[in-house]
Amino acid sequence: MEFKVPTMAELMAAGEEPEILFWVGCAGSYDERAQKITRDICKILHHVGIKYAVLGTEESCTGDPAKRAGNEFLFQMQAMTNIEVLNAYNIKKIVTGCPHCFNTIKNEYPGLGGTYEVIHHTQLIQDLINEGKLKAEGGESFKGKKITYHDPCYLGRANGIYEAPRKAFEVLDAQLVEMKRCKSNGLCCGAGGAQMFKEPEKGNKDINVERIDEALQTNPQVIAAGCPFCMTMLSDGIKLKDKEQEVKVLDIAEITARANGL
Amino acid sequence: MVAQILFLVLTLAAIALFTINLRKIIRNIRLGKAVNRNDQPAKRWITMLRVAFGQSKMVVRPIPAFLHFFVYIGFVIINIEVLEIMIDGIFGTHRIFNGLGGLYNFLIASFEILALTVWVSCAIFLIRRNVLKLKRFSGVEMKSWPKSDANYILITEILLMSAFLLMNAADAKLQSLGVGHYVQAGAFPVSQYLINLLPSTESALVIIERSCWWFHIIGILAFLNYLPYSKHFHIIFAFPNTYFSNLEPKGEFTNMASVTNEVKAMLDPSFVPAESEPGKFGAKDVTDLTWVNLMNAYTCTECGRCTSVCPANITGKLLSPRKIMMDTRDRITEVGQNIDKHGAEHQDGKSLLDDYISREEIWACTSCNACTEACPVNIDPLQIIVELRRYAVMEESQAPASINAMMGNIENNQAPWKYSPADRFNWAQES
Repeated sequence: MEFKVPTMAELMAAGEEPEILFWVGCAGSYDERAQKITRDICKILHHVGIKYAVLGTEESCTGDPAKRAGNEFLFQMQAMTNIEVLNAYNIKKIVTGCPHCFNTIKNEYPGLGGTYEVIHHTQLIQDLINEGKLKAEGGESFKGKKITYHDPCYLGRANGIYEAPRKAFEVLDAQLVEMKRCKSNGLCCGAGGAQMFKEPEKGNKDINVERIDEALQTNPQVIAAGCPFCMTMLSDGIKLKDKEQEVKVLDIAEITARANGL
Repeated sequence: MVAQILFLVLTLAAIALFTINLRKIIRNIRLGKAVNRNDQPAKRWITMLRVAFGQSKMVVRPIPAFLHFFVYIGFVIINIEVLEIMIDGIFGTHRIFNGLGGLYNFLIASFEILALTVWVSCAIFLIRRNVLKLKRFSGVEMKSWPKSDANYILITEILLMSAFLLMNAADAKLQSLGVGHYVQAGAFPVSQYLINLLPSTESALVIIERSCWWFHIIGILAFLNYLPYSKHFHIIFAFPNTYFSNLEPKGEFTNMASVTNEVKAMLDPSFVPAESEPGKFGAKDVTDLTWVNLMNAYTCTECGRCTSVCPANITGKLLSPRKIMMDTRDRITEVGQNIDKHGAEHQDGKSLLDDYISREEIWACTSCNACTEACPVNIDPLQIIVELRRYAVMEESQAPASINAMMGNIENNQAPWKYSPADRFNWAQES
């Protein structure tokens, strides 16, 4: 990267505190496709000049997949270890690129002693647009492009966030085309509830294929996502349909970064 | 006089029987574990008013919402008529409220119009189920009793409304003939069209009028006692069920306090946990669920909105959230019957997990909350699925192999994949 991503440990050593902690998440840290989104979120933070930091190697899984799979022990072990780290650094505000991390830290950590203001990166982008700090200039033009947005379950239904992601398309002057099942009626990509880590049960279709079929019906140029797991499922679906050339699956952070030439 | 005594006995017997069955159901619900749903009363009242009274979640599907609205309004308003029938039945009076004059005419006229709309709506509902065979009303769990149950309810409602209108038509004709007991009262915008179909002798008309009157009220009393055995129980339970809704964000799963104690003790050996009841983790049987889960099961009217939006079900998996609720109700009913027959300590060796709900079903869930969003009365099948998973994982260590591998990775590498924690920050090295 063109700039150094600051860690909490470094800031603390320098006697400084960040405005916001960027919680990267496991997918954002290890998954090659999601790493690109992670870097774009950093580019946006760097571009607007927010003082941020990441935990780096001190971060660990929030415990979300363990909890959804029914392993409350493992979840709480992870949660309490993470809360100890976060509280030791006196963290007040967290932004994350993963709706699953977002939901877990925001809703399930407070009961275990970790209370923070938690936002998803699309909410950060919305705030930055509203404050006039982020526009869509100096980069790739999305003007008039047909974009359809897939609502991640843990951002949408789970936490009622439907407008922030859509706000990001407004400044692009893009044409947002909704799928039949959108917002509170959105169809899951198939990865939630720890499904990401197992083969699906016997059925007649894969959920991500069902979703991609629906997305393709809108005839989009871009399918926008806001979750690294949705990204995997949707990208796999597009590959299966052999539409990789015509249709791009992009995270909202990537679209925003591209539109600003970051 | 004989008629009055008969009426009173029938009514009291019907109410007594209903009370006995209702109390059994409440006892069964109380077999569930405690959960506090008494916080934020203002928000709870508003939720009940909006979702149950206002039917706010029905509007998502406009056609059934429209038809259901007529049946619902008809049910609520026509019950004013039942009050009059009750008073007339006990005191041997006839149309006791006719002293209301113009208002009475207005009321009877509106009951008639509502009776017609209920009749037509129920007929359309029957067609949707049996002729058009809407997909939502089929599925493995919608065979035999559940399928008949729906038809019985609709046919009963049609018969009740027919009797009501026929009774009014006979009454109107008797009024026009100037028969003494039949005072001039009411307006009959719908049943007036039935008058010509009726015989014109006074005795025949009285028989029709009385038969319909008795059929209508006995039908209502019988229907009341049918409710505890039927999916139609939602007409009562929708209200408490929405009052006791989960008010937290849908994505928030409960943190198990019993686990918190153990984890704290593990991380800090000096930690002394507060007294907590020992018990199993998660749910194997219905009595391991909360009373709210069990009330949810009695509230479910098997409309299938949950199943029709479930991504697993849509793609042909075995999981159906509606079946989760129906299995839970069937099992708690069975547990209740065991208590009645053999006493509270009886064990029948069966359980919700495996005897009713299979592992394949619970592991197909994506926890996407489409089912809870779709339910018009805020039922939560997801919570039951998660409790069953908790039992399978924490009590039995019975998870799919790949799930075990994922959990092993989190334990060892702090990530669900097999990557080294030391490489976690490598993403910043590339461009």
